[in-house]
Amino acid sequence: MSDAAAHAIEHPTTTGIDSRKVAIWTLIGSECLLFASLISTYLVYKGKSLVGPLPHTESQCMLHGKMQACEPIFSIPLVTFGTAVLLFSSFFVVLALYGAQKGNRKMLITWLSATVVCGLFFIGMQVYEFSHFYHEGLGYTTNLFASTFYTLTGFHGSHVTVGVIWLATLLVMAIRGKLPAGKSLNLEIAALYWHFVDVVWIVIFPVVYLMR
Amino acid sequence: MATSVVDHAPASHHEPHTGIWSWITTVDHKRIGILYGVTAFIFFLLGGIEALIMRIQLMKPDNTFVSPELFNSLFTMHGTTMIFLGVMPLSAMFFNYFIPLQIGARDVAFPRLNAFSYWVFLLGGLFINFSFLINAAPNAGWFGYANLTSNQYSPGLNTDFWVLGLQILGVASMAAAINFFVTIVNMRAPGMKMLRMPMFVWMSFITQILLLLAFPVITIALVFLMMDRHFATHFFLPEGGGDPILWQHLFWIFGHPEVYILILPSFGIVSEILPVFSRKPLFGYTAMVFSGAFIAFLGFGVWSHHMFSTGMGPFADAFFSLSTMLIAVPTGVKIFNWIGTMWGGSLQLKTPMLFAIGMVAQFIVGGLSGVMHSVPPADLQQTDTYFIVAHFHYVLFGGAIFGLTAGAYYWFPKMFGRMLDDKMGKLHFWMMFLGFNITFFPMHFLGLNGMPRRVYTYPGDLNFEFWNQVQTWGSLLLGVSFLVFIYNMWKASRRPADAPADPWRGATLEWLIPSPPQEFNFADVPPVHSATPAWDLRRAGGGTLPEPQRVSGAGIHMPRPSYWPAVTAVGVLVTIGSILFTHAFSQWYFITLTGAAILIYGIYRWAYEPAF
Repeated sequence: MSDAAAHAIEHPTTTGIDSRKVAIWTLIGSECLLFASLISTYLVYKGKSLVGPLPHTESQCMLHGKMQACEPIFSIPLVTFGTAVLLFSSFFVVLALYGAQKGNRKMLITWLSATVVCGLFFIGMQVYEFSHFYHEGLGYTTNLFASTFYTLTGFHGSHVTVGVIWLATLLVMAIRGKLPAGKSLNLEIAALYWHFVDVVWIVIFPVVYLMR
Repeated sequence: MATSVVDHAPASHHEPHTGIWSWITTVDHKRIGILYGVTAFIFFLLGGIEALIMRIQLMKPDNTFVSPELFNSLFTMHGTTMIFLGVMPLSAMFFNYFIPLQIGARDVAFPRLNAFSYWVFLLGGLFINFSFLINAAPNAGWFGYANLTSNQYSPGLNTDFWVLGLQILGVASMAAAINFFVTIVNMRAPGMKMLRMPMFVWMSFITQILLLLAFPVITIALVFLMMDRHFATHFFLPEGGGDPILWQHLFWIFGHPEVYILILPSFGIVSEILPVFSRKPLFGYTAMVFSGAFIAFLGFGVWSHHMFSTGMGPFADAFFSLSTMLIAVPTGVKIFNWIGTMWGGSLQLKTPMLFAIGMVAQFIVGGLSGVMHSVPPADLQQTDTYFIVAHFHYVLFGGAIFGLTAGAYYWFPKMFGRMLDDKMGKLHFWMMFLGFNITFFPMHFLGLNGMPRRVYTYPGDLNFEFWNQVQTWGSLLLGVSFLVFIYNMWKASRRPADAPADPWRGATLEWLIPSPPQEFNFADVPPVHSATPAWDLRRAGGGTLPEPQRVSGAGIHMPRPSYWPAVTAVGVLVTIGSILFTHAFSQWYFITLTGAAILIYGIYRWAYEPAF
């Protein structure tokens, strides 16, 4: 199928911008309120936990059936590394999009793969972090910190997961040669979503991990 | 995504126009609009019956017509139904049918997403009402205040049906809001600048923005509540450090914009009707646009006026009191502009016009009582009394429902090609007008005399009986008025389709095409040089417009029908609905995974299916 033909039947839009692109921006605007609600709740309940473990301070917590002193639970270096990986993935997807727009399939596949790998690494980091916390005595219902933290970062993590699946789908299409320059918009839309997911993390990381 | 020339046959080739399958697979915004309308009207009647049962119960003191438990379910489901399954989808009917027509588009931006919204709405509505069949209807109020909704105070599945049902309906609203937002931004006919859009399109546009920004908040609040009920968290439970008041904040940050989501479409409809039946352009078009936007903006800064009785302190009380009063200013601008539109016009008091004027008059009453309880000391007296019930029925019934009914009479000929009988319409109006005011005006007195709302009965020695009896008779008149409406529609359906394209000499684009419109709406998109393009053409034609002819749609490419939106909607229902079973059996997540599999499969098939 020729791309020129596919384009010929697309109706011109009022703004000149493809409707799918306007839609993803609209979704992003709406999602801001989703994360704002989660982050607000995290902040409202900050310091209101009745037992430990706590993110930044030592506390009394129930572990192995008895109350004992616990260390602060956050491991900042690990999450900083995960953050950096996620931020690099935003850069990589820009390179992939550039490759797609130029019709450079090798560049597209290389950088899109890198993006997906980074996304997978971030999810892996989060799975590791969550299971580590769980073994330290921080279950989902242990205290308000746990519930708000897991819900907020879990929502973000599921957004990353959706993004990885979306980008991986496009990667498969690219490998099969079904993502020519004329269809680079498909990647651009996914990339906009991916950037948004990164931007949200840029808010979550300082607010949750760095702010004491 | 994958569009090709081969797939791209003319519309008539792959659209069967009859049979149930054609309705399940339709992506035509007009047919989806009719689906929305029929479904929402049935839910609306159901909500009305719930209200009438409550009225019969309250007709005399110490009545035992229904049990206290059933009464709780009735007021909860009446509120939930009227808001989420009545007024919102009735507005969605008009969004669907008339936004594309009024902006000169062939369809919405995402026709399959539009079908998806409808199917999710239908399944969500059925899901939430299914609870009646297993005697577990929601019973903690449409506002679901914590900790009434905790497992301790709401054992059983009642509240779960409410939480998960609203979550499902939220998916439908979000999908529709994105769709209409993009449609209005991106699908306008050449020449239709933003400030030439019909006022209904403008108010719908603002409504979509409110939906987009308000619904995520209730989504999160409902997620927290679901976690509290099913996964042992303490978001709203004091025993784990949680704060029940947080629920109220999250709920009303959604809930107050929600009342503008309910009323703004009606404002838009009335702003269409008043100019046409006054034979004058809308007075103060630009002021109408910006006052609508200002109302929406302020709507996000007033939520705590629902919470004065929680004791927020003088600063918060003062802030929310003042911001609430401020909303009266743009609302007043609208009302004066409506009056200014009628002023000096040659008024034609046909049925749509009567409903529109009724809407304006009654909304003023509701608006004024709203300003009364923006004052915290007065509000503390009025909270949880029938005064509040009177107030919000004047804005939501007297305002929203009257406006929607006006729209139904106005646009029925366009949608079905048949005129509704004007005499019967006027009978409907006067019965509904009288019934409404007899039902709800005395609630002001009862409320100020201290009659609490949401209580299933009252003792005989409080002098509440007289007005309650009057109200019940009024509500029955109100109920019967809708039978007149239904009879009118039924009679119309028996007549041949003979409505002219433009029975009212309308100002907007939908009147330039045959009634009902052809599948592709406009064979040629007409030129737009002002906010009243149909009047421009009429003027150019020396006061008359030629009756548009039905034309062959050959060569016009319309989206092809698809059943994947309906399949994906089933995925949404199963995924979210599966949470009902967490307490019932330990392998509940297999249902969730099944739902998710259907959902993902549906999305992929949808994405790879040619749109045209």
